[in-house]
Amino acid sequence: MLHSYVHSLIGGALIGFASALYLLLDGRIAGVSGIISGALKPPREDQLRSAAFILGLFLGPIIYRVGAGGWPSVHYGGRLWLLALAGVLVGFGTRLGSGCTSGHGVCGLARLSPRSMAAVAVFVTVGVMTVAAMNCLGL
Amino acid sequence: MTNAFMRFLVAVGAGVLFGFGLSLSGMLDPRRVRGFLNIFGDFDPTLAFVLLGAVSISAVGYLLSRRMREPFLDRSFHLPAQKRIDRRLIAGAAVFGIGWGMSGLCPGPAIASLALGLVPPAVFAAAMIAGILIHDHWPAIRELAAKRFLVRQSSGKAAGGGAT
Repeated sequence: MLHSYVHSLIGGALIGFASALYLLLDGRIAGVSGIISGALKPPREDQLRSAAFILGLFLGPIIYRVGAGGWPSVHYGGRLWLLALAGVLVGFGTRLGSGCTSGHGVCGLARLSPRSMAAVAVFVTVGVMTVAAMNCLGL
Repeated sequence: MTNAFMRFLVAVGAGVLFGFGLSLSGMLDPRRVRGFLNIFGDFDPTLAFVLLGAVSISAVGYLLSRRMREPFLDRSFHLPAQKRIDRRLIAGAAVFGIGWGMSGLCPGPAIASLALGLVPPAVFAAAMIAGILIHDHWPAIRELAAKRFLVRQSSGKAAGGGAT
């Protein structure tokens, strides 16, 4: 248990460090939903830089695997249709709400942004309600 | 080495650190993430520790940035300009919250998980990109739908020569 919480704190710190670097050097918020959106539309320099971040995100677990000797353990529910529906909601919702757990959570809270604090409060609360509802529905 | 190229390299590096951090912290595991949201059931506090670590370091970075007029590699900071808490923000956060609660996945872990080569995150990621594109091209989609199905537009803004 303690072993796992230490990993979580350090892993979190690395995420924070990544965000700090992106802010101090590139001057931008490391919000993944915005970065993905940015990769899909001009201007070209922004697209390339966004694609670079996404490439890095993809490489991260690969480097982890080399260092740890195995992939991080993951457990997915069995229903692909649920994942597909959830994916569309996450994609649309993060764009409508101008951010996700990285943009509003890691960066926004660190900046004490009222918009981000409101967004985090809403998506965590709704997330909790959704999980509770799914438990009731046996999903 | 132009600044633009260095910005590109920094982006890769930041992405790698981010993806590695997600892997180390257990945040690629949707079961763990949903465990945090499962406050009425089998609760898993891991996400709180991750956020604590992340926000702390991110805050240090932010405080340092306040003393700078521009970032190291660019002419200005590109920070969100909007200050108001509006309905779009709340509605978007709510819709995101539903999808997040359903899956235990959000954009960062979704992309990083593709490295694992498994079908479920690939399905999620594809759907997520579709959702992003639907949002970003909504006006064109609305107009196309209006032309195809001659649907009455409630706000008349986007429709071309269609019905009012």
